[in-house]
Amino acid sequence: MKKVLARTYLILILIILYAPIVFIAVFSFTEAKSLGNWTGFSLNLYKNLFTGSMQNSAGLISAVENTLLIALIASVFATLLGTVAAIGIFNLKGRKKQTMQFLNNIPMINPDIITGVSLFLLFVFLHISQGYLTVILAHITFCTPYVVLNVLPKLSQMNPNIYEAALDLGATPFQALRKVLVPVLRPGMVSGFILSFTMSLDDFAVTFFTRGTIGLDTLSTYIYTDARKGGLTPELKPLMTIIFLIILAVLLFINIRSAKTKTN
Amino acid sequence: MEEKIIEIQHVSKSFGDKNVLRDINLYVKKGEFITLLGPSGCGKTTLLRMIAGFLQPDEGGILMDGKDITGMPPHLRRLNTVFQRYALFPHLDVYDNIAFGLKLKKTPEEEIDKKVRRVLKLVSMSDYEDRDVESLSGGQQQRIAIARAIVNQPEILLLDEPLAALDLKMRKDMQIELKEMHRKLGITFIYVTHDQEEALTLSDTIVVMNEGRIQQIGTPIDIYNEPVNCFVADFIGESNILKGRMLRDRRVAFIKHEFDCVDEGFGEDVPVDVVVRPEDIYFTTDPDRCQFRAKVNSCTFKGVHYEMWVDTDTGYELMIQDYDPYPVGTEVMLYIDPDDIQVMKKERVANVYDARVTGAGKVTFLDTEFACDTEGFAEGDAVQATVSFEKVDLLDNEETADLTGHVAVILYMGDHYHLTVKTETGENIWVDTNDIWDKGDFVGIKILPEDIRLSKPADRHE
Repeated sequence: MKKVLARTYLILILIILYAPIVFIAVFSFTEAKSLGNWTGFSLNLYKNLFTGSMQNSAGLISAVENTLLIALIASVFATLLGTVAAIGIFNLKGRKKQTMQFLNNIPMINPDIITGVSLFLLFVFLHISQGYLTVILAHITFCTPYVVLNVLPKLSQMNPNIYEAALDLGATPFQALRKVLVPVLRPGMVSGFILSFTMSLDDFAVTFFTRGTIGLDTLSTYIYTDARKGGLTPELKPLMTIIFLIILAVLLFINIRSAKTKTN
Repeated sequence: MEEKIIEIQHVSKSFGDKNVLRDINLYVKKGEFITLLGPSGCGKTTLLRMIAGFLQPDEGGILMDGKDITGMPPHLRRLNTVFQRYALFPHLDVYDNIAFGLKLKKTPEEEIDKKVRRVLKLVSMSDYEDRDVESLSGGQQQRIAIARAIVNQPEILLLDEPLAALDLKMRKDMQIELKEMHRKLGITFIYVTHDQEEALTLSDTIVVMNEGRIQQIGTPIDIYNEPVNCFVADFIGESNILKGRMLRDRRVAFIKHEFDCVDEGFGEDVPVDVVVRPEDIYFTTDPDRCQFRAKVNSCTFKGVHYEMWVDTDTGYELMIQDYDPYPVGTEVMLYIDPDDIQVMKKERVANVYDARVTGAGKVTFLDTEFACDTEGFAEGDAVQATVSFEKVDLLDNEETADLTGHVAVILYMGDHYHLTVKTETGENIWVDTNDIWDKGDFVGIKILPEDIRLSKPADRHE
């Protein structure tokens, strides 16, 4: 009896978690304009999405491009900055180290809306005209702490002497960094990068406040504006389904790979 | 003349306000196996890291082959290090770990291949080239770490407690192999360890260090047979350390008996410390040879020998090691050969501190104000306060104490303990006591007014 209850509970939770995604995926295969109307199976929405024969198709495509480009640039920079910062924090001692770790955690807990508004005010104060650059800067800002958080444990697991061992064997400090430190920290850097990338992909609040008035749209701001302009464009349903499937594939790939290296 | 490959001149180093090394002077001869030996925190690893170039001395310099290398970064020094926890590169396999240094030097591929195979054979790890380093045992990782260092053909190999993480059996085997490797390679080994047995087994020369200072430099035999002070005697091997008096040349008194010895030049009737190794006290049945009598109070089998504690007829406790056991309670006759008595100059006879009179009947030293008789001195006078070892009281509670500290070193002197107590401000107070304390115990320290003797600072050099 207990077992049945526990199982039912689990299934219920999973249904609640996944119902919205399944809902979107199912209704991406029908043509109905209004949500929740099933008018028979059709791949037309997918066809429209890929052939561009939908309303404001150019806007959607540029939003997708912007999103990917911003996410890529921001997470590359965040990974570099965050790794260097993690090495710096790791080498601090005692109270200084604790303080720096604490300061690193605050931006992650800080609500996005506050980060967004304060960055907006900062850019206005510094007279930086808002657009691509400010959005990328903002994304780097909120992604970097996540990289630090992913790299720090790799540093503590690392034998503290291996950097010195590299110097001892004749490597210059830069060679030691490139040939020893980076390869050893790579798993942390990669997970920091992936986390940054998804954080950037999905950000709305910060982007909304820092994109300025030049009409720069990422996927999230595009969908927001689109939904306010009289209902969601139906072709967004297949788009979301595809994004979900890509994320699922990436996750599966990472899990399978880490399971493999563990058994090795 | 033997060549000096490394010279360390007046090197000092502090971390914050802690002096880790104080005025270290040392040279290393080409081709020798030299060991820096001392308890943890004595500065031996700091000194090794300075030779490697990972740390810079605050003062003094380091010469290699007569050339100053003090500021030279590690990657330019012609020496290699074997680290305590191996420090192999986890992302590279055995072959690439060993080839790391050679690849940086742009050595041709086939030469790397030849050299890697040669050192792998030297450390008996052939056929392990493709193994992942993390799949190896501790002993195997250590061999690879040694191979990675010596493949670069350094002039000096630095080893930082390389065997500390291995189990006893493995450690013994590796000691023999290291010694063998040193012989084959003919290069200089500078070895750091806290294990006195390891140091005695491996070294040509031992440098005993404590609290940032070199205590003694010598061959293993010298260090064992002729320790220069209580610290060395206590740290190396087992010993009976006793208070004594040098009566005249070749005659010393301790445990309330007089003995012939071989030491000269101490003067007449001078307080000294005496060391007698437990294997150098002999049992005899001949009343003419007997120098003193004792009663066995414990006897423990130690594998090769028996370890016995005896109470002498004069109330001292001595440790004796012998191949034959004497049952507990046996009355025994004992003697010591003159050769086996090591007489040492006393490092100190009382606690002496720079102090300042801070009022009528008040004096301050060790950052603490004490009441005492200040007659003959005015407020503000710089004075010297002397407190004899047995007049310092150690207490369990800190409420009634003048100051607090930790027991840092315990020496058993046959009938009492000689403790080194470190105060919170890092100064030493030496205490003679009959009470049993443990190392690291937190103690309250109390000194009564009548036990503090003040004198003018000029008295210091009497």
